[in-house]
Amino acid sequence: MLHTLLKSIQKSTRTFSGGIDPEMSKITAAAAIATSMQPQLYILPIKQHIGEACEPIVSVGDHVKWGQKIARSQGYVSVPVHSPTSGKVVKIEEHATPHPSGMGLPSIFIEPDGKDTRDKSLKPIKAYRDTDPTELRERLRLCGIAGLGGAVFPTFIKLLKDNRNPIETLILNGIECEPYLTNDHRLMIEKAKEIIIGIDIIMHMVGAKKAIIAIEDNKPNALEMMQETLEILSESFPDSTRIEVCQLPTRYPQGSEKQLIEVLTGKQVPAGKLPMHIGVICQNVGTSKAIHDAIIKGRPLTERIVTVSGDAVPRPGNMRVRLGTPMRFVFAQHGLETFDHVHLLHGGPMMGEKLKNADVPVVKSTNGLLAMHSTSMKEAHKSEQPCIRCGHCGVVCPVSLVPNLLADQCRNKQFEKAESYDLFDCIECGACSYVCPSNIPLVHYFRYGKGQLAQIGREQNFAHASKQRSEHRDDRIAREKEEKAAKRRVVREKHVAKADDDKTSAGKPDHDKTADHKTADEKKPKTTDKTIQKDKPSPKSPPGKASSGKVSS
Amino acid sequence: MTYLLTTTAAFGAFTLFFAVILAIAGRVFKIEGNPIADNIESLLPQTQCGQCGFPGCKPYAGAVASGEAEVNQCVPGGERTMLQIADLMGVEPKTVEDEATAPMIAFVREDECIGCTLCIKACPVDAIVGAPKQYHTVITEHCTGCTLCVEPCPVDCIDMLIKPELLEHWSWPLPDTHRAQLAIERKGQHASHTS
Amino acid sequence: MTEFAVILLSAVLVNNYVLTKFLGICPFLGVSSKVETAMGMSFAVMFVMTLASTASWLVQQYILIPLDILYLQTIFFILIIASLVQFIEMMIHKTSPVLYQGLGIFLPLITTNCAVLGVALLNIQQDNTFITSALYGFGAAVGFALVLILFAGLRERIEHAPIPEAFKGSPISLITAGMMSLAFLGFSGLVKF
Repeated sequence: MLHTLLKSIQKSTRTFSGGIDPEMSKITAAAAIATSMQPQLYILPIKQHIGEACEPIVSVGDHVKWGQKIARSQGYVSVPVHSPTSGKVVKIEEHATPHPSGMGLPSIFIEPDGKDTRDKSLKPIKAYRDTDPTELRERLRLCGIAGLGGAVFPTFIKLLKDNRNPIETLILNGIECEPYLTNDHRLMIEKAKEIIIGIDIIMHMVGAKKAIIAIEDNKPNALEMMQETLEILSESFPDSTRIEVCQLPTRYPQGSEKQLIEVLTGKQVPAGKLPMHIGVICQNVGTSKAIHDAIIKGRPLTERIVTVSGDAVPRPGNMRVRLGTPMRFVFAQHGLETFDHVHLLHGGPMMGEKLKNADVPVVKSTNGLLAMHSTSMKEAHKSEQPCIRCGHCGVVCPVSLVPNLLADQCRNKQFEKAESYDLFDCIECGACSYVCPSNIPLVHYFRYGKGQLAQIGREQNFAHASKQRSEHRDDRIAREKEEKAAKRRVVREKHVAKADDDKTSAGKPDHDKTADHKTADEKKPKTTDKTIQKDKPSPKSPPGKASSGKVSS
Repeated sequence: MTYLLTTTAAFGAFTLFFAVILAIAGRVFKIEGNPIADNIESLLPQTQCGQCGFPGCKPYAGAVASGEAEVNQCVPGGERTMLQIADLMGVEPKTVEDEATAPMIAFVREDECIGCTLCIKACPVDAIVGAPKQYHTVITEHCTGCTLCVEPCPVDCIDMLIKPELLEHWSWPLPDTHRAQLAIERKGQHASHTS
Repeated sequence: MTEFAVILLSAVLVNNYVLTKFLGICPFLGVSSKVETAMGMSFAVMFVMTLASTASWLVQQYILIPLDILYLQTIFFILIIASLVQFIEMMIHKTSPVLYQGLGIFLPLITTNCAVLGVALLNIQQDNTFITSALYGFGAAVGFALVLILFAGLRERIEHAPIPEAFKGSPISLITAGMMSLAFLGFSGLVKF
């Protein structure tokens, strides 16, 4: 009794270091998930996950069904892309993606026929408990499932039953610590059963002993819903006792994988390692629902829940949007038609990226679409002042870095030094930029530094490869020269010997003549061929050049 | 007199003692080659372009190490390489006079190529493939953009194109820079080149 | 035992050669722009100082006093120091060419580092025994290394700090050195003789 009490006290007080309490502005928390209408045209970039891009397997004019695979993955860290509706492929060309660069990717454009005919090639697997985890894993890959929390890492890679790293705990991430976003919150209320079945599938796949659904205390109705559903399911579900719902105090960035693991298990994931190395895996609630759909219903990932919010959106809400729907169309359904003096954010306000315009499609990573008035953005982004060394950034950093020092190093291009101060451990949560009284865009500097370091690495690899190629070439040229000289020597010696034998000519024989003489020999033709070929351009080119010179003069 | 002799003898013996030690040390710590040249070479971009006035990266590295060349002669390496070399050599940084252009790659207009193999011979990193009287082509991922193949081509069928920037290789610009804008412009230029 | 500890502590902190006795200022300002070179320099000086102080004590006791040629003291000591510096120079050139290049002229200049000769002479002045003089030399070298590396770390951070234009470069370095010296003043009274 006392033991369990002590345990519960420990659990509630445990937290991660750093963090902030931003204003949550979860204005869409009570808005039920609406379903988006069909747009005129779907735009599907061939890469919507972290990893290698896909290759289109349909061509213009093809008719595709809803859920049909339209681009296949190349490489291991990759998942395919599926058609979000039935219709016709109208074109395949480059189109802007929701990426901070504003650069484009080859995209497949599909015009819906309005019938929504489903592709039924993937059969539902109802008895997943009797199915081999490898088969389920392949199914998840085929269904294009990637982490829907925002990182979009291909899910099947994480769900590996590995005897070297046995998984103890599955953590289901229902934290949603980003302000404004409520898509996971609504999903937990409306699709609790699917999420829990998804958990059971994951537990079966990795052999986890227990699962924790982590929910922050600003979503009490989601917590109740999950608990109730667990109770209801417990009759038909023998393993539901191994699933536990855990309430955590609201704190940003608790939804970050490594921070959440630290809070719930007390263990830290070492730098450069993955959670599975300490026997934990973490999945987003949305991913769990997508896993349920893929296994139980045999449906690939073609839609996701998106929170459309921000002070410039007249009717904010949550919406089930098919992947590939242009954002302009999504905003229009919430009453936002013109984008003058409006800033668009892809993701939440802390970690989201600014969009150049609304003509980009919703992709697998789109958890929120925010539209802010320029004035409110300007208030948040004042011009940068010198660092006053107050140390707030270091206090709030959840990974215990020294942001002001790192930003200084990145700004002054001391990238190697920044790397030695663990720049790559930064999770870009934005807590440091949020608290900075001098309005230094710290995270922006870190992103710059990380990009430059990656660039330097690529350049070094390229230089190394070039050096090797250049050395190989020098070796080859030297070797060829030597071989040629050796062959000439052999020919000459033979000729001299012959001449001595014949005692006919005393002078040096002509080289070409010798070669002609030897053609009868079995081994020699190669030599002569080569020498002639190599010699050819040199005697020919000078006269050619000379004559052209004459003509011009 | 004896005093003077003992003093001289003592001092001489003392000096000789250290001379012997240093002579032995000189043998033990004998240096072969110029080790700093290898360190410099590892900093160079290995384009083998010869823009420094030396026939390749290795000769230039050797020249810098022996003090025959300045630290600022590597054009493709730009400011970063210059700073690294200056740092290694312990000398004051100098400005790189020639501005490095955007990364380039060679492109053979295959319709016009006569298959003379002259560009293949000129390429320092074996990035052009082809056979006599066959079209030649540039392996883009191996091309260093050194432009050495442009000059030998008798029919001027080699163009230097700006290397297209990949989405995966895009990196954040410094806050408040216009690099992203420039990248988009460059991409537009590239598109007009290739079309 | 306490005596040894006191000697070491006083040499490292209280009577720090650089910040209290103001000896060895040349390399202190010259090679403190980077932590790595400062560490290399510290290692070299530690080697030279410890050996020089023991060797000079031996020479003093067994050559100079018996032969009554104390007036040759400076020449003998400098000879020892110069030989040691030559030796370490060869060693560094062989083992770490980059460090050798980084130290540049300051490596042979250890010969004229007044802290090294100062240690040798002060050993004689203080009538140290063989053990205590070795310890004193080592302690002084550790004190030098400590201050040099701390100062290099500070300078590395100051280099890109937004300081007024007029203070950039040497001025801010000298101000920093002065403030460090003030800070080390706080150690006086730690050890009472």
